[in-house]
Amino acid sequence: MRELTDRALDTAASLGATYADVRIVRRLEESIAVKSGRVEGVASGETEGLGVRVLVDGAWGFASSDQLTTAEADRIAGQAVRIARASATALRNRVQLDDRAPALGRYETPVLEDPFSIPLERKIGDLLAADTAAGSVKGVAFTESSYGAQREWKTFADSAGSFIEQVITHVGAGVETNAIEGNEHQRRSYPDAGGGWRAAGYEFIRGLELSGHAGPYAEEAVALLSAPQCPPGRRTIVLDPSQLYLQIHESCGHPTELDRVFGTEASYAGTSFLTTDKLEEGFRYGSDLVDIVADATTPGGMGTFGWDDEGVAAQAVPLVKNGIFVGYLSSRETAPRIGRLSGGAMRADGWNRIPLIRMTNINLLPKPGMSLDEIVADTDDGLYLSSNRSWSIDDRRLNFQFATEVAYEIKGGKKGRLLKNPTYTGITYDFWRSCDAVGDERSYVMLGTPNCGKGEPGQTGHVGHAVSGARFRDVQVGVGKW
Amino acid sequence: MVTERDPADRLALADQVLRLAERAGATEAEVMVTAGDSALTRFANSEIHQNVAETGTSLNLRFAIGKRIGVASSGRRDADGLRRLVETAAAIAGSVEELGDWSGLPTADAGHSGGQRAEARAAGTADATPEFRAEGARAVIAEADAKGVVAYGSFATTEETIVVANSRGIRSVEVRTNSQLLTVSMSPDGGTGYAEAVATDATTIDPAAIGREAADKARATDRATGLDPGDYPVVLEPYAVVDIMDMLGYVGFSALAVQEGRSFYERGKRIGSDLVTVVDDATDPAGLPMAFDYEGVAKRPITLVDAGACVDVVYDSQTAARDGVRSTGHGLPAPNPYGPFPLNMVMAPGSASREELIGGLARGLLVTRFHYTNVIHPKLAIITGMTRDGTFLVEDGQIVAPVRNLRFTQSYLDALAGVEAVGRERRTLRGFLGAVVVPSVRIASWTFTGATEH
Repeated sequence: MRELTDRALDTAASLGATYADVRIVRRLEESIAVKSGRVEGVASGETEGLGVRVLVDGAWGFASSDQLTTAEADRIAGQAVRIARASATALRNRVQLDDRAPALGRYETPVLEDPFSIPLERKIGDLLAADTAAGSVKGVAFTESSYGAQREWKTFADSAGSFIEQVITHVGAGVETNAIEGNEHQRRSYPDAGGGWRAAGYEFIRGLELSGHAGPYAEEAVALLSAPQCPPGRRTIVLDPSQLYLQIHESCGHPTELDRVFGTEASYAGTSFLTTDKLEEGFRYGSDLVDIVADATTPGGMGTFGWDDEGVAAQAVPLVKNGIFVGYLSSRETAPRIGRLSGGAMRADGWNRIPLIRMTNINLLPKPGMSLDEIVADTDDGLYLSSNRSWSIDDRRLNFQFATEVAYEIKGGKKGRLLKNPTYTGITYDFWRSCDAVGDERSYVMLGTPNCGKGEPGQTGHVGHAVSGARFRDVQVGVGKW
Repeated sequence: MVTERDPADRLALADQVLRLAERAGATEAEVMVTAGDSALTRFANSEIHQNVAETGTSLNLRFAIGKRIGVASSGRRDADGLRRLVETAAAIAGSVEELGDWSGLPTADAGHSGGQRAEARAAGTADATPEFRAEGARAVIAEADAKGVVAYGSFATTEETIVVANSRGIRSVEVRTNSQLLTVSMSPDGGTGYAEAVATDATTIDPAAIGREAADKARATDRATGLDPGDYPVVLEPYAVVDIMDMLGYVGFSALAVQEGRSFYERGKRIGSDLVTVVDDATDPAGLPMAFDYEGVAKRPITLVDAGACVDVVYDSQTAARDGVRSTGHGLPAPNPYGPFPLNMVMAPGSASREELIGGLARGLLVTRFHYTNVIHPKLAIITGMTRDGTFLVEDGQIVAPVRNLRFTQSYLDALAGVEAVGRERRTLRGFLGAVVVPSVRIASWTFTGATEH
């Protein structure tokens, strides 16, 4: 790899690049899809290539190819320089990177059972058993179960002398049960919608005990068909981890991306209400209980790595402390603009994409005091919402609306009857300021999503969220006409 | 350019993999080769900030042993890479159970045999340079500068060769190009505007016109005021209508959705007013034409809605076999648990001018586009999302003021039923996966359920 990275960096420099980095990425993926007891698709994918990013005259250029030859490294470096010169024709502010020492080292996701070494028959068998357990419940219309694994071998080198090698492994699986009657379509997912995902090996999949949980979730999907509609009103809600993680993702993770704040995603996903003046003024993002950190070192999180894709070491960056907004997800280009160093959040979706500021593991820290069950017991009248079904938030990350698969009524500190089609909506900072309980370590769990979209051309990110569940007061639920 | 752009080379590569698959014991095999050069110049704060290019080829192999199917993909074309691709797909096929209703790969008579469709490829896109895209970006920025607003956006050009070859005789080959220029303008006084153009030929896109449209819209939305949520009649511009097409295609117009009982679709069921006719037509040169789907099956125009009534849904080979019909040419790459998808939805134009559409609102809203929409209830097609980049209060047929963005929670089926006028002008825009051709529409009632601060 050294030969290729050196060649690309040398060529870029000889053509006028003042900074260059090169990434060589090989990605191996495997997926299994089971639907209603039959294996619908098993696929394996492999891709590799190199991407060269350069600064010329203060402007960025990037080119990539799937041909790992020195001749192609020359061509790609030359193309990147040409592209950068074209960028310079519409440049108003020269790019300045933060100052840091070259990074050297190696990182590998700790894996106990290599998911790519487990026999395919066993993985299929595990998934089929879970899917069959769900499908055997009377009243189920169809089931969908999935398994996925991804491993990336990443080499990073830059013109300052950095050279990093990383091997990152992620796995996930889940079972989804659908019940349909007339116009009603209800769904329950275990462990959560989209499956449970971790930076880990197959030991994580075994630990999910899919087949043991699938049946009860399927029964709930069928029961929802005859459950009452979740009525509209202002209610106390308790979000369990399977919903709370996405609430954090959408209403804290994305708005703290500093590139969004500076407008560089404005034409696609939007900007952010968390403008830099709010950092200076100590904006109250949430209640005193809200501590949120972007931690790329959390074990098992899909946002965990050794270095980001700019060669910045993994670190924990506080975003919200005691409810006060204190930090951003940042890069070497954006951090200096607020007088800081990069927080190490630049991540690229493969060899053919540039790194963008992405979430790492955006964690809502647990609070000593009450477990999630004890929060329910402490709630006289409310709703317990579980597992995401739908999400939407405005282009500055203020007005959100979520639907969950299920709501349980809480009366007198006990979870009671099911309610179907629950939705809730609010304004981000009002919502987080209404948080009056956060679960303790006993329900703290690492979740995440392998489907975080951002950028043009589109990139899909794997991000983590460790959460324990939380309670919010006076929230609007039951939105729209049904 | 070192890419082997010659489609014949790509077809030869597919044939080579097919031979390897057959030697490895495949009773049937299908190879899809996609080879492309794509580039995107992105601008923000009225300067180019990201500028990227990609050259790559990928192979997707569907390998059948009787009714047992394995799929593998790879970017490698060297001998060892091809061998591993075949071995992986064969190993998967050897490990899975039979698909009881596997009907086999599509046969040669279903494939595309008409050669390269002239409308699918344009040299102006294939030969686009970084300088060409930068010039487009500068033209948009100049229009923004002239109006005192700031430009954000992207200009993308792609050339892609698609080859699908299978052991039952399909040899479908096409070179396609597409280009998209979009921009959001943001005013210092709070206004935002949007404009977009999609074309096979990038040189037919007028960046200055796109920049002007967005900049004017941004200025028109300066100092927007709040409006109480509620039910309002609306005029939706094409940028918003495209979302209705996309979502209904996603939740309902797929044969798999019908077979699984999760679609609203029933043949003959009325879901729209008489003014609503929608066809999926990949032959329409107004869109981004494509001759065949990702199984190599020739695409056929399919009427989804005719004068408000459901007519048909789209099929791939597997869903077609289950219903005893022919594939309509709407398959996606294997493995595909999502089923077929209408990639080229075209809504029939009406007779109304923009002024007539807005003029028909006694008190309602003009909506430029939607943002971050998502399905709440698939069978009722209830969708939530936000308005964005230009929302206006209309009274007595006249735009009277910009309003801050609103959240809606709305059945798109009810919306189609409430269409009371359709514009005569249409736009070609990017959809979920393909291109959509849509007019503006006026809808009797739209349910807004929340508001935001901008």
